[in-house]
Amino acid sequence: MTSTALDRTVVAEEPTRDDVRVLRRQLGPGPRIRFAFWIGPALLLAIWVVGSLTGFIAPQVLTAPWDVVKEFGDQWSNHDLLGNITASLRRVVYGLTLGTAAGFALALLSGLSRLGEAVIDGPIQIKRAIPTLALIPLFVAWFGIGEQMKIITIALISMIPIYINTHNGLRGIDGRYAELAETLDIGRGTFLRHVVLPGALPGFLLGLRFAVTSAMLGLVVVEQYNSLSGIGHMMTLAQEYGQTSVIVVGLVLYGLYGFLADAAVRLVERKALSWRRTLEG
Amino acid sequence: MATDVGGLTATTTGVTVRNLHRSFNRSGGVLNGLDLDIAPGEFVALIGRSGSGKSTLLRALAGLDRDVQGYGRISVPEQVSVVFQDSRLLPWKRLLANVTFGLDGKDAAERGLRALTEVGLAGRESAWPAELSGGQQQRAALARSLVREPQLLLADEPFGALDALTRLQMHELLRKLCAVHRPAVLLVTHDVDEAIVLADRVILLDGGVVATDVRIDLAQRSQADPGFAGLRHQLLDALGATGEHLGSDFIAPGQRRVS
Repeated sequence: MTSTALDRTVVAEEPTRDDVRVLRRQLGPGPRIRFAFWIGPALLLAIWVVGSLTGFIAPQVLTAPWDVVKEFGDQWSNHDLLGNITASLRRVVYGLTLGTAAGFALALLSGLSRLGEAVIDGPIQIKRAIPTLALIPLFVAWFGIGEQMKIITIALISMIPIYINTHNGLRGIDGRYAELAETLDIGRGTFLRHVVLPGALPGFLLGLRFAVTSAMLGLVVVEQYNSLSGIGHMMTLAQEYGQTSVIVVGLVLYGLYGFLADAAVRLVERKALSWRRTLEG
Repeated sequence: MATDVGGLTATTTGVTVRNLHRSFNRSGGVLNGLDLDIAPGEFVALIGRSGSGKSTLLRALAGLDRDVQGYGRISVPEQVSVVFQDSRLLPWKRLLANVTFGLDGKDAAERGLRALTEVGLAGRESAWPAELSGGQQQRAALARSLVREPQLLLADEPFGALDALTRLQMHELLRKLCAVHRPAVLLVTHDVDEAIVLADRVILLDGGVVATDVRIDLAQRSQADPGFAGLRHQLLDALGATGEHLGSDFIAPGQRRVS
């Protein structure tokens, strides 16, 4: 009896599919937007194009995008732009590789041994307080004005964020994992490979993102020092001849470097930290 | 190797603790001359009020109390496994890699899979720990300890963070696994019912020594057994959890302790 009565009410209410909810005001950022990564740069480009078209941005202030493209072609075919790009790229890659390796090794030493920390951490903090760019005059005196000085400066400037963030990630590893490893009778090498390195990886990758940007900063500055090649060299020449469009070509290239390098690190981050992505959803 | 179950030495090694002292500061010891024996294959539950030294004893047996002051003699079997209150699965390793972590040998993966099947997680070997529920994580932790074929299993409130239903399922699972693998077990718990249902013997720590040592001889391991209520009352009484013992520690709401 009761069940038939219930059935009747269910049947009576079924056709309506009202969606009445009581929703709170959303305070979080909400769901992800597709291609969100490209929206900001695209907007910037749009402002540049529209500004130049309407004359709001005068060509003497900032060269119009199409003139930059034209200048790019001219530099490419007449002034060995490719050679300049590869020269700059080589400096960044060498410097960044050296700096990353050094920063990572020092962070491991200082993070895993008390003696290492006592010896390494202090000098790094002192070095951190001195802007690397302020050391360039000294490096010029020590290493000359050639490639060596440039690569060492870039290495030093990118080493710091790697060290700081890797060290931080290392020390942030839950001590309970070390305890677990002790109860499983695990050797030091296995512990390092399976607990310490994966645990420090998020910190290291964050450091790498900072390091990429720092390396670009270093590159821009060292290339102003008596370079015979590279994007900085091209821009210094253009400054002397008052060619704004060439300078803008250089700026766009620098921006593109940084943007692509950051995107690459993020891609690595997504692949290597997929265990964490499951948490992010 | 001590894992050779047929050997005489292996089967006769249980746990022996003599005159164990441990203290974290000068004012007083947590363990004050504790003696304890656990026979091979015996399931012992350890209860006591908070701060009574349950975990201190367990950590001493696990060899994790390097920095704690004290003295005394401890002997444990060669193969000891620990299950913690949290599962401690490494979040960056998939389930099977977590279970076989630290195992070497070609059959490690196979043994890991078998252990996962035993705890009812077959087919989940490539899941990330974060994808599992609390009960599943704890089962994986159990698989990780059992895959090492321990002669002594130390468990520090392993079901403390689980909901009541999952906890009952875990009791059943643990009992089944212990019947198969026959390790000696020391289970730290704050749940008297859990202790009675699971253990062959319940010991109660008070004042840093074993204050009560009760053998559980119930015909059926459940609250339905007529002896259950008596045991339960006896242990709760010894814990000071029944009415008349609440005494000075009990503060009614709104009152302030005068010290």
